[in-house]
Amino acid sequence: MTTVLEPSVEPAETLAADIPGTPEWIAAQGLGAVETSRLAQLHAARRDPRIFSLEGDLGDWGGPAFQAEFPDRFRDMGIAEANLIGTAAGLALGGKVSFVNTFGSFALMRACEQVRLDVAYHRTNVKIAGSFTGIGAAFSGPTHHCGEDLAIARVLPGMTVLAPADSVAAYHLTAIAARTEGPFYLRLGLEPTPQVYDETATFTVGGANVLREGTDLTLIAAGLNSVASALRAADLLAAQGLRVRVVDLYSIKPVNREVIVESARRTGLIVTVEEHSVHGGVGSTVAEVVAEEAPVPVRKLGLADEFSHEMCSYDDHLRRNGLDPEGIARAAVDSFRRWK
Amino acid sequence: MTDQLTDIALRIRKHIVALAADSPGAHVGGSMSATEILTSLYFGGVLNVDPANPGWKERDYLIFSKGHSSAALYAALAEKGFFPVEELKTYKQPGSRLPGHPSKTVPGVELSTGSLGHGLPVAVGLAMGMKHDGDPNRVFVVLGDGECQEGSIWEAAMAAAHYGLDNLVAIVDRNGFQEDGPTEDVMAIEPFADKWRAFGWAVIGVDGHDVNSVTEALRHIDHWRAAGRPAVLIARTSKGHGLSFTSNTHTWHYGKFTAEQRAQAMEELELEAVAAS
Repeated sequence: MTTVLEPSVEPAETLAADIPGTPEWIAAQGLGAVETSRLAQLHAARRDPRIFSLEGDLGDWGGPAFQAEFPDRFRDMGIAEANLIGTAAGLALGGKVSFVNTFGSFALMRACEQVRLDVAYHRTNVKIAGSFTGIGAAFSGPTHHCGEDLAIARVLPGMTVLAPADSVAAYHLTAIAARTEGPFYLRLGLEPTPQVYDETATFTVGGANVLREGTDLTLIAAGLNSVASALRAADLLAAQGLRVRVVDLYSIKPVNREVIVESARRTGLIVTVEEHSVHGGVGSTVAEVVAEEAPVPVRKLGLADEFSHEMCSYDDHLRRNGLDPEGIARAAVDSFRRWK
Repeated sequence: MTDQLTDIALRIRKHIVALAADSPGAHVGGSMSATEILTSLYFGGVLNVDPANPGWKERDYLIFSKGHSSAALYAALAEKGFFPVEELKTYKQPGSRLPGHPSKTVPGVELSTGSLGHGLPVAVGLAMGMKHDGDPNRVFVVLGDGECQEGSIWEAAMAAAHYGLDNLVAIVDRNGFQEDGPTEDVMAIEPFADKWRAFGWAVIGVDGHDVNSVTEALRHIDHWRAAGRPAVLIARTSKGHGLSFTSNTHTWHYGKFTAEQRAQAMEELELEAVAAS
């Protein structure tokens, strides 16, 4: 059960209408998940005067629009993440709703203890929109790669952890965070990524979307690129005669146990896909549920348990980790042959 | 007023002694050093709070960042009427709602503290929201001096000045000791007042065991600072103040009183009460 923050309750259709145009419009604008999340924050702030936007020196793709429209509800807290999170929690304790926009790794690692105590323990209305997640900042090197955030966020009691698959999902999930009580972590990326959803998409806390039905195996993915790549992998697998179920597990916590169990029972084999360490993220979540309720093989695809020192492009990083559609399809075939 | 405040401070000290004897143990040193600060805040006409209605919207906030000294905070809250004085006996006992570090579940406690360096950033957020709304409430935060070794304190100090949070008041219990010894030996924080000044704060120094001076300073805090600046009161205190065997040492940073120590402590506090009257 989620509690709705009363003053900002809006009918779902109003929220959908918030997106100026359609997913095509978003694509045409070249908007990534970070931008549509900021857009959703701005739109939510128009309805809800309690919403503040805090950020840690993010540059142009920070919040100029929010700052221009609500200068007195926008605060750049500089390069000081412990205070950024503490301040957001203090605002929320006093009745505000604080959006924190910063790199996911800095919020959840540098300021992890502030997130644990000031945000999670106090159940404050702090919504952390973490950017630069996964391996998107490819050439920036390991200091700017972030494959640990889901593991950290989901172990914090009471933290809702959402990973949108594209910029449409990022808009909706941000809007949900704005109107739902409690602490949220939103996993955003960096660059525009392939679209998965159209204007009919719906999302809820604890929800999951079955994007394709199949009986041979299930690809359970979450996050930018990963869901889109899983869908493309499903196409490749279909060409090989495999009928693949594809699930977008965008709500990693609370997680939709039913869809995982149903996938296990229906297809007998699950392959998980995430741009996150193979430890502690989507794969671990799925494996835990499966082990407890419907034991079937779970193959986890994700970032290898190592820092990626080698300079290479984002796409090459994904390829090396087997997270491109071809890599996912290969692993799926391999698992299918092994287990079925 | 002074006699009355001295009397309350003595009562709080007796509670601390009892808690340090009857529970698994308490942070004696930091509780004893913060006693007059808390007395001034709650009983010196400084904090605008309503014990019958802890969540009253127009209250002033007290963030007790040096959460280790929960014995002093609970004693002050109980004396103020936030919960029955008898409940202090349950401190750190099974089923109690009074854990070793203050929990927000205790009436009157605004923020669960104990992990150090959290109070000032959260106070910055509270003060920021109130200032935005034009609320008259003020935010007070009590810091330990050892706690000021945490970087988050200075991040918050920087932000409070940057955003002109003149509704924010920090009070540092400058008792000179932390768990491992004198602060200046473990990790020097001096020149302490200069640091706050350099960060843009108005700084006032006071004898932290002169309850009248602390009260005067806090009641007139607005006269001490220019508009747009947060203020910090550096209260010079002694760790473990009030008892011969706990004063000015880090040995009693934390501990449990024996029956003999309890009796001696109560006797010393009685003598102090007689001397003050």
